[in-house]
Amino acid sequence: MIDNQRKNKIALMMIHFITLVVVLILALLLIDIFSRGLPYVNWHFLTGASKPFQAGGGIGMQLFNSFYLLILTMIISFPIALGAAIYLNQYAKQNWVTSVLRTSIEILSSLPSVVVGLFGFLLFVIQFGYGFSIISGALTLTVFNLPLLTRSIEDSLAGVDKAQLQGGLGLGLSKFETIIHIVVPAALPNIISGVILSAGRIFGEAAALIYTAGQSAPQLDFTDWNPFNAASPLNPMRPAETLAVHIWKINSEGIMPDVTQQSAGAAAVLLLAILLFNFLARFIGRRLFMKMTSAKAK
Amino acid sequence: MDNKLKQQLHTKSKTAKYEQRGKLASIMMLVLIMVVVLGIIGFILIKGTSMFFNDKIKISDFLFSTFWNPGGKTPTGNPAVGALPMIVGSFSVTLLAALVATPFAVGTAIYMTELSSKRGAGVLQVVTELLVGIPSVVYGFIGLTVVVPAVRHLFGGSGFGILAGTIVLFVMILPTIVSMTVDALKSVPNHYRQASLALGATQWQTIWKVVLRSASPGILTAVVFGMARAFGEALAVQMVIGNAALMPHNLVSPSATLTSVLTAGMGNTVMGSLQNNALWSLALLLLLMSLFFNLLIHLIGRKGAFKK
Repeated sequence: MIDNQRKNKIALMMIHFITLVVVLILALLLIDIFSRGLPYVNWHFLTGASKPFQAGGGIGMQLFNSFYLLILTMIISFPIALGAAIYLNQYAKQNWVTSVLRTSIEILSSLPSVVVGLFGFLLFVIQFGYGFSIISGALTLTVFNLPLLTRSIEDSLAGVDKAQLQGGLGLGLSKFETIIHIVVPAALPNIISGVILSAGRIFGEAAALIYTAGQSAPQLDFTDWNPFNAASPLNPMRPAETLAVHIWKINSEGIMPDVTQQSAGAAAVLLLAILLFNFLARFIGRRLFMKMTSAKAK
Repeated sequence: MDNKLKQQLHTKSKTAKYEQRGKLASIMMLVLIMVVVLGIIGFILIKGTSMFFNDKIKISDFLFSTFWNPGGKTPTGNPAVGALPMIVGSFSVTLLAALVATPFAVGTAIYMTELSSKRGAGVLQVVTELLVGIPSVVYGFIGLTVVVPAVRHLFGGSGFGILAGTIVLFVMILPTIVSMTVDALKSVPNHYRQASLALGATQWQTIWKVVLRSASPGILTAVVFGMARAFGEALAVQMVIGNAALMPHNLVSPSATLTSVLTAGMGNTVMGSLQNNALWSLALLLLLMSLFFNLLIHLIGRKGAFKK
């Protein structure tokens, strides 16, 4: 009996110790990134053009490209994911067809991003002839994003009380009308949280973009907003290196003299953006929920 | 009048049409996703096997030879398309990372679900969720600037190699495994614990013999999931592994993984050439492994679901 008590004590102490180690590793990781990167982050760094062969460049183009790519990807993937999620949650019957569809989404979500990137390279860059461009990158990221977004929207829809659907149907609305006008709005706070969380994933993705959106960031003319001009920031056919790709590229080339500082700064910015997305996902979802349901804050 | 009524009865109402169109649109989206999945598998299958059909390379030369220099010849005169160094590299970093990460992840998850206060667990939960979202290039960068120099300092060599890759992947998959293991432990019904404690078992005996045992399928799923992520990870590994397609001699000799060779090489080869086809065969291998991990997770899930 005493033996068991001692064993118990030792084991629990071990678990505390392990947890402490893990927390330390994770905390050091975050502290390391921020303490090394943040000193380099200033206005010049955030807006300046990168200089491949000299010190003191910035990440302006890359930052813009990352956001532009993110927005385009969301515009393309959201309707697809919403449609698929509505079908899976509201219409799909429990049969083998549905399970095949579900399995294929699962497979897609587990594919390594480099494989998705290579598929995008084959299909969009070469077959469709889009070249290394924002549009190729956005379509590839859509493929990468669809399974997770679909699942998160489906979960949000499943969280809506069945009585809502019954109510709509009882009033004589068709099922689809009820879904669009009642169920989806009721699930909206969670849907938006899911969208923002997946935005964080897209923002940091690099492996799928190297061979689709390309590894160069041509100088942009920020006074020209006509999407059809070559130097316009909005032109979807130009190559666009994102922030994450930029970090990878300057580190694997190693030509830039201040590569460590540059990538430390870029990594800190990337992480800050992800933190922001995470925070927004929690905050906006909760606020919207309170606003729409007039629930009291806890 | 009669005609009009007949017409009204025979045509669909606006609402019914709307319903039909909406349903059709939503299923089209789903079908689109499925077409994409089939497209990916089909494309990679075609490109990945063209080396065997068009260039008449034997599969055994690809899987078991250790010479990787597509286009060149091995000393014995066979085509040098041996992927074994990369296969060994990929499997060793994946298995080692999972081996190191599992005890840490399970320990932390036990702390979060069984021992800590609600608030402590909440804080840890938020932190792990955050860390799951850290982009892999950031892990790669930390690996390059912290782990590689440390390994070089401690074990000699260049610092690049399987050990550095393992450490980076360990930190990277740790949050993933932790958060999934927490879910698995939480799904163990509370009366299991109460029953065990009521029988006079200590807390540790309860955790070890009851909670962990009944959550083991879930924990296994978490580990396999982490392994799948580690296996498919490209950039973080590529930045620290050294990128030398040689059989690894030890843990600190520069080596390569399937993904690292793919990302490094795809831009330097011409589509349709043997060099390029060999890379696609690596991609096919990667795809097959990912499908295998998927199957594994399915099998575990089917066996281990809690019966209500």
